[in-house]
Amino acid sequence: MDKQKKEPLIHITKRKMISKKSEWAIRLGSIVIALIVCAIITTITTHLNPFAVYASMWEGSFGTERKIWSLLKELSILLMISVALAPAFKMKFWNLGGGGQTMAGVLATAACMITMAGKIPNGLLIFISFVSALCAGALWAFIPAFCKAKWNTNETLFTLMMNYVATQLVAYYIIIWESPKGSGKIGIINSISEAGWLPVIGGKQYLLVVISAVIVTVFMYIYLRYTKHGYELSVVGESQNTAKYVGINVGKVIVRTLILTGLICGFVGWLLVAGTDHTMTTTIEGGRGFLGVMVAWLAHFNPIGMVLSGLLLVFMSRGAGEISTAFGLNKSFGDILTGIILFFVIGSEFFINYQIHFRKSHRKEAADV
Amino acid sequence: MQDSRTPAVSMRNITKVFGTIVANNKVNLDIYKGEILSLLGENGSGKTTLMNMLSGIYYPDEGEILIDGKPVQISSPRDAYDYGIGMIHQHFKLVNIFSAAQNIILGMESDQGVKNSRFGKLDIAKASKRIREICDLYGFDVDPDQKVYDMSVSQKQTVEIVKVLYRGADILILDEPTAVLTPQETEKLFNVLRNMKADGKTVIIITHKLHEVEAISDRVAILRKGEYIGDLITSETNAQEMTNMMVGREVKLNIERPEPKNVKPRVEVKNLTVRSEDGILKLDNVSFTANTGEVLGIAGISGCGQKELLEAIAGLQPIEKGEVLYVEDDGTETNLVGMDPLEIDKKGVSLAFVPEDRLGMGLVANMNLADNMMLRSFRRKGSIAGFTDRKTPRELAEKVVEELEVVTPGIDTPVRRLSGGNVQKVLVGREIAMNPTVLMSAYAVRGLDINASYTIYDLINRQKERGVAVIFVGEDLDVLLELSDRILVLCGGKVSGIVDGRTADKNGVGLLMTKVGGDAVG
Repeated sequence: MDKQKKEPLIHITKRKMISKKSEWAIRLGSIVIALIVCAIITTITTHLNPFAVYASMWEGSFGTERKIWSLLKELSILLMISVALAPAFKMKFWNLGGGGQTMAGVLATAACMITMAGKIPNGLLIFISFVSALCAGALWAFIPAFCKAKWNTNETLFTLMMNYVATQLVAYYIIIWESPKGSGKIGIINSISEAGWLPVIGGKQYLLVVISAVIVTVFMYIYLRYTKHGYELSVVGESQNTAKYVGINVGKVIVRTLILTGLICGFVGWLLVAGTDHTMTTTIEGGRGFLGVMVAWLAHFNPIGMVLSGLLLVFMSRGAGEISTAFGLNKSFGDILTGIILFFVIGSEFFINYQIHFRKSHRKEAADV
Repeated sequence: MQDSRTPAVSMRNITKVFGTIVANNKVNLDIYKGEILSLLGENGSGKTTLMNMLSGIYYPDEGEILIDGKPVQISSPRDAYDYGIGMIHQHFKLVNIFSAAQNIILGMESDQGVKNSRFGKLDIAKASKRIREICDLYGFDVDPDQKVYDMSVSQKQTVEIVKVLYRGADILILDEPTAVLTPQETEKLFNVLRNMKADGKTVIIITHKLHEVEAISDRVAILRKGEYIGDLITSETNAQEMTNMMVGREVKLNIERPEPKNVKPRVEVKNLTVRSEDGILKLDNVSFTANTGEVLGIAGISGCGQKELLEAIAGLQPIEKGEVLYVEDDGTETNLVGMDPLEIDKKGVSLAFVPEDRLGMGLVANMNLADNMMLRSFRRKGSIAGFTDRKTPRELAEKVVEELEVVTPGIDTPVRRLSGGNVQKVLVGREIAMNPTVLMSAYAVRGLDINASYTIYDLINRQKERGVAVIFVGEDLDVLLELSDRILVLCGGKVSGIVDGRTADKNGVGLLMTKVGGDAVG
């Protein structure tokens, strides 16, 4: 063996401890690098001034009061779905069915508004639609949770499939209730009587949604951190063996937690139909069930952190929409920028968990002389 | 110590750092041809890390390795094989569905005599022949065609050793090879190692068991907290001197055994039969009584039903047949069969259980000390219904840290960051804090250093004096014989004997451990 073997160029080791400060420094750094990369790509592919593009993105989200309210509404809806998913994910129940659970609430609300309008007092109608939406969302989450607890079925596939069932049901009822006939869509429900519509508070159409989101987020933060239920579900998520060992009924906790998720998703469905959109379409949920998974993960299931990660995603998607109209760019260009930023933000987790050491070549050579 | 010979391997100023942990700090170690060297040190002293650098698993941050006086770079296990160094790890790296011979030649190149050179075809018969030659030379007992899943732990270990020899290793490193073996199997292994030494091979055995150092090695090198402390000729030293070097101060080496007081039956297990989920018989008609104020030791080769026995009593295993009777002070008997841990707790039975899998069952690895304390107490009524009382567990965590001298940055540190001994102190501390009437522990000192082990023995004895019925599953027979009042021996899920801890001898218990059929004598 005469051949000299070289010392490896880099070592990767897992970090033992990292301070909160350097953790945030890495995250901020990753966003800065992402913006630089985005700027380079923008310049190369579109020959536009990247700063003008960024300014336009900012404009698209915060430019006018209307835009700010609409950003807040988007954020609130997304945030509530993310917050609803948080306890399930913390329990390591991979609920990909946030969308379907919301759709179940949407369908229940629309059903109440269409079939009961004019037959009962408006207050009662709102109350009944509220209860049905929550029950429908809870049922949609209960079914996969029960099967998981009872027969250990795969919750990822199950919840995913339940999304399609919910969407197809909505599509079916759109045809049944279509208005005007033959249009293939429902249009604004009770557009004249406004029966079942949630009241506009404070003169701001979206204020109710924003307040709801604040309440739901604070509730979930307290639920996860300070209640017995929150403690039990985190034990189940970390180790089912430990949970059994201290006498926690794992199946019961799974079902209970998923019902909570379903209730919140159903509530979001109710807000969407009765509060903001006043109609039902198959795309009303808008992929937020999946986007919410990302928001929850980015914030490590901390509801307060989800406000930030949710804001990032909503800002990006609204900004992307704005630049495509302002500069006449293809809509996909905005998606490219969003993709780059997410890539760096998620990638920064690697540098938070691991450390890279380079070969100390200079000192080694000095020692050899 | 000076030696005129050139060392076969020389490690010079080796330093290896993991994060903030210095695993090895400027270690110097010489290994000579044809010797059996024991590398002695407590858990976490850096023995395995040091040897992993020799076998190419890790690369040293600083320092150099010399083979026959020439500096070399070992950056992969393949490099290590090229220099004739082979390591047998604690956790075997074998493919279960392959035969012994297939495992042994796995990953070898054709020019190493495995493939038929003309067609590049695998020649398993030729390999098997060579394996048999190696076995005959050193006295191994391996069938090259046997599948690994059919093998006992000791046979798997043998395959690992043959694998290393087949690759032409002259220097063999064994990482705690006896941890999984019975006394009889250990003796067999030692005979093979002596044969290898006679053939001129160099053997390094990593261990923390003193009697093994004395039984097998020529020389012993001692590490403590990543530092090289020194070496001794085994025949010129004794257990006390080695321990003092290993721990760094005087330690007494005997375990106390207070006389049992006020002995009455506490748990009566009658004809207990348990099957695993896939229907394998794990406990077969097991009967015994655990008494108050007494330590009942449970001996047996690992996997003979110890885990299932404790879990069945704790309400974690479905029981096919039999009774587990909890006897209260006034003689009332409660059958615990069919109850889950919550129901047992609600019956007022205070059953402490220190399971074998500390971080996977007894504790939640990612939670901090305070939250782990809460596992036993979170159901208690807090000031607001539905909310957890976070103050009491924090106080308990502070108390356990202080009284048991747990080394931790604070009670908000996740327990996975603590060392094995400190993890165990947290777990035992919590279980004892529930004022148990029965204390069950499985492999309570596995992986613990001498200090931590003695703390645990001490805690167990204090509980015994409090009148607790202690059930202690152990793997080190010497410890079981010193600590237990009675020893129950399990073999293949049956009770093969219950002996008096004060009069039993090690060989007798060792024989009971391997006795097939196991007709009860207790």
